[in-house]
Amino acid sequence: MSIRTPLGRARGLGSAKTGTDHWWMQRVTALALIPLVIWFVVSMIIVTGADHETALAFIGSPINAVLLTLLIIATFYHGQLGLQVVIEDYIHSKWLEVALILLVKGAAIFLGVASVYAVIAIALGG
Amino acid sequence: MVEFALPKNSKPIEGKEWPKPEGATNTKAVKVYRWSPDDGQNPRIDTYHIDLDDCGPMVLDALIKIKNEVDSTLTFRRSCREGVCGSCAMNIDGTNTLACTKYIADAKNDLRIYPLPHQEVIKDLVPDQTHFFAQYREIEPWLKTDTPAPERERLQSPEDRAKVDGLWECVLCACCSTSCPSYWWNEDRYLGPAILLQAYRWLADSRDEATGERLDNLEDPFRLYRCHTIMNCTKTCPKHLNPAKAIASIKKMMVDRRL
Repeated sequence: MSIRTPLGRARGLGSAKTGTDHWWMQRVTALALIPLVIWFVVSMIIVTGADHETALAFIGSPINAVLLTLLIIATFYHGQLGLQVVIEDYIHSKWLEVALILLVKGAAIFLGVASVYAVIAIALGG
Repeated sequence: MVEFALPKNSKPIEGKEWPKPEGATNTKAVKVYRWSPDDGQNPRIDTYHIDLDDCGPMVLDALIKIKNEVDSTLTFRRSCREGVCGSCAMNIDGTNTLACTKYIADAKNDLRIYPLPHQEVIKDLVPDQTHFFAQYREIEPWLKTDTPAPERERLQSPEDRAKVDGLWECVLCACCSTSCPSYWWNEDRYLGPAILLQAYRWLADSRDEATGERLDNLEDPFRLYRCHTIMNCTKTCPKHLNPAKAIASIKKMMVDRRL
């Protein structure tokens, strides 16, 4: 029970003066993912059924390694932005909201770095 | 808060069935949400029968007829009965709209009338709109200028005047905001489509000199960016306005001022 005025409650803590970067980057990464995903799907169809050596050679080629790295970065960046929105929408316990957002961002960084490392390791013949 | 089920004491139960009007041949059943703060009971759905041959064509006509002739305890807001005051907003046949501009004949079966969704009910069809109007106050819906007032009116070209068409017509009935899932879950911080359309009405006004300040106050993950372009607002607006487009225009202004 609070006896704050309605206006005081509506104004709350004021505007965070942020959010546009999040919104803009979600759209930019979405646009970037359109050609990257098309390229990725077509490439996967082409190498389907190939042996291990061919797959390594595909990933190891400079252009494919670069595109694959871009795809990984855009995917995880876009994914964590979207999941953050879902968490903010639905989770109203503050500590749980903060914990989940940190978990999602941490997981995206870990998986993203691991994936990029794998591509680099193959490309540089590791 | 996200709640996918109603609390136990808010679940509507079957209510009273009022008698059919005598001698009427063309009747329609009207099922109305009833709740009183005074009796400690669950909400109930009362069924009334109205004689369509002796009733105006609009849902508000039916409600007024019921209140006048059948059950004077039925509580609802109404004023202008022609869609300009925004008082009689309610959920009719599953859609938020104004009772005064909605035809009874649009309901194929029984006419189902509930209060606006996800608002606290004061009584029957009257929701508590205190927070909604506090949010309206929060966006400072008046012309702001630093230039001293001119001798006569503040000038505006016809082209600039046309930019507030589709915005000034909003009657603040709250149909759109209460149809918006983002507003349901986060109404404490998200301004909702009605208030954001009103905010854009001042952003789009060429005479206003506080555009940047207004954008500053809107730039917030919750106040503005809870809008996920769900479009329920535009679909339900009884004035056929487009709050979703107004919100998109605000987001575009946010990007414009940094590119």
